[in-house]
Amino acid sequence: MTHNPRPVNKKFWTPGVYVMLAFMAAGAVAVIARFTGGIGYVSNLSTARPWGLWVGVDVATGVALAAGGFTTAALAHIFGRHAYEPVTRPALLTAVLGYTFVVLGLMVDIGRSWAIWKPMFNWNPNSVLFEVAMCVMFYLNVLYIEFLPIVAEQFKNSVRLPGTLALLNRPLEFLLQFADRLLDKFMWIFIIAGVVLSCMHQSSLGSLMLIAPTKIHPLWYTPILPLLFLTSAFSVGYPMVVFETTLATTSMGLADEMEILTPLIRITIFTLGTYMALKLGDMMVRGTWVYLLDGTYQTNAFLIEIILGVIVPWCMLLSLRVRQSRSLLFTACSLIVGGVALNRINVFIVAYSPPVSHSNYFPAPGEFLVTAGLIATLMFIYRFVVTFLPVLSGSREVSV
Amino acid sequence: MNINRRGFFKVMGAAGATAMTPAAGARAWESAAPPDAFGCLVDLTRCIGCRKCEEACNRVNGLPAPEISFDDPTVLDTRRRPHEKSYTVVNRYFPGTLDTHDQLVPTFVKLQCMHCQDPACASACIVGALTKKENGSVYYDVGKCIGCRYCMVACPFEIPAYEYHDPVTPRVMKCTFCFERISKENGLPGCAQICPVEAITFGRRDTVMALAKQRLKDNPGKYVNHIYGEKEVGGTSWIYISSEPFEDLGFPSLPDRPTPKLAETIQHGLFSYLWSPILLFGVLGGIMRRNEKKNVHGKDKEARHDA
Ligand code: SF4
Ligand code: SF4
Ligand code: SF4
Repeated sequence: MTHNPRPVNKKFWTPGVYVMLAFMAAGAVAVIARFTGGIGYVSNLSTARPWGLWVGVDVATGVALAAGGFTTAALAHIFGRHAYEPVTRPALLTAVLGYTFVVLGLMVDIGRSWAIWKPMFNWNPNSVLFEVAMCVMFYLNVLYIEFLPIVAEQFKNSVRLPGTLALLNRPLEFLLQFADRLLDKFMWIFIIAGVVLSCMHQSSLGSLMLIAPTKIHPLWYTPILPLLFLTSAFSVGYPMVVFETTLATTSMGLADEMEILTPLIRITIFTLGTYMALKLGDMMVRGTWVYLLDGTYQTNAFLIEIILGVIVPWCMLLSLRVRQSRSLLFTACSLIVGGVALNRINVFIVAYSPPVSHSNYFPAPGEFLVTAGLIATLMFIYRFVVTFLPVLSGSREVSV
Repeated sequence: MNINRRGFFKVMGAAGATAMTPAAGARAWESAAPPDAFGCLVDLTRCIGCRKCEEACNRVNGLPAPEISFDDPTVLDTRRRPHEKSYTVVNRYFPGTLDTHDQLVPTFVKLQCMHCQDPACASACIVGALTKKENGSVYYDVGKCIGCRYCMVACPFEIPAYEYHDPVTPRVMKCTFCFERISKENGLPGCAQICPVEAITFGRRDTVMALAKQRLKDNPGKYVNHIYGEKEVGGTSWIYISSEPFEDLGFPSLPDRPTPKLAETIQHGLFSYLWSPILLFGVLGGIMRRNEKKNVHGKDKEARHDA
């Protein structure tokens, strides 16, 4: 590897960090309310609307937007395009954090959080959710293993615990060295496993809703939902990398990495194009375009998703000028990220209308607070980690 | 990191052995409905809306006392749904038929879990806490439940309710088909036993299905020609006959295809014996190895490219 990731040598306590702390505090209050008064105390979930914002955003959108992790790993490590290695570490960190927060979000959402381990011993192979849960569990472990060398790199040869803990210095040092060497040998297994597990659960997240044919709007209910989820996960991976790299490099005054992002995003023209073709083709084949102009909020949400979130950014990416311009590229990628996020929200929340009770749902303030709190915590930890661990390409740092 | 040749073939050999028997496992989807399930026939032409079944259900299942007494008929006109404190409710509909005095004729509809033959809730449940028992009951084992509420997403009748206000040990709440009672010799569900007008007939599903057909045949013109639950979502243990069209009585129009069929077919087609993940692992491993080799040979080029 010729790139040189380093801890970012910048002030940690910025105004942005205080804003994050405020959201975290508000979220914590809502979480406490959830665990004292019950899910019903903070949310608008009901018999007919058992899944809402937490599943749609914290879980489904969270998993989709963490796709940068496996898509960059596949590119750099499996397809051997080592030039892209500088972006694998931040993408890996996003995936580690993203999936950790998916699990935390699940803990809030499921009624018996303390029983979250039970699927490991009570298998239901008919259940799509069972498969998703198993994949997410294994993948989370794979991600931590993939991240370990980054920790080892920073701390090996420098384990200096204070006081009596100093006794542990040598064993810890040994452990880090050992893990580092052992992992290096077997890392390829974990890297491939991570990609395989990702393909499995990214697509199965789409299969989840196939069990509710009468509840999901026909614009979204299609047997190829798993394929659409998989291709959209492929599509959103690199735009997500562009999105967060641009945000991180801007907010921390690092070099913009455009010489990597511009060629990287060319691949997205192909993946997003495939997703777009599948989605439009599916609409034609099933004849669901008849709904397009009926003016309901569901149809409008679909139009925004497909036009602003897929077609417009795809056309933008075709132009070299867009791919080379930092702000235009950021715009296009933000649209793609927003489009995939909206797709997950649409499938899990907007498209869902229970035909017997016609029950409506809009998230309660408590639900928003929990979700915002989780996102703020994720950003806080990201900021913390890149400040102290070698994740971002520090060699490219510029002074501001 | 590098992928060494021997290690790669060792892993792939082990995986390949499992993967050799792939798609053979993806058999065509088959219904898992038990052969002699019990069932209940609800004859809506007989129900008089006395709410005795609601009361009996509350008693035999030890549910909390209701907010409005079971003697109060005023609740009949609100469109109630079964909820976490009552497994069954009776609602009154006026679909438009007039009697000889030009008065609207009411039809009363009892709602509870339909105990589907191939229940979507059981197929969906992440831990298999919901299962279709041999006697036809769709049984809930709270000891396995994690509270994901996917069963509620899946149920086409929107039946399972949830104890949303219990912060630590909430349960999924739905009609049990009085599992313990009907498991005993000559046991009857609480609601079927109490009904004063025999609107609810309990028996083998085949038997009550035959009875329903008999009633339709013996009383030409009295019933609409539809046994609700005979074919809906692949059939349900609870079935209904009525003199009014079911659409006018709040029953959802549902396809005949068993709800879990599509999702289960896709899942098993892709993942039986984990053939597709193993195959993908092999392909990606092969690509990775080839690229590693290429990189060793082309180191200079790579370095130039990276600089
Ligand atoms: S009615 Fe709903 S809860 Fe009852 S068995 Fe069928 S799917 Fe399950
Ligand atoms: S809420 Fe409980 S019963 Fe329902 S699907 Fe989840 S684990 Fe199964
Ligand atoms: S079968 Fe039992 S649980 Fe179900 S409605 Fe009747 S009395 Fe209630």
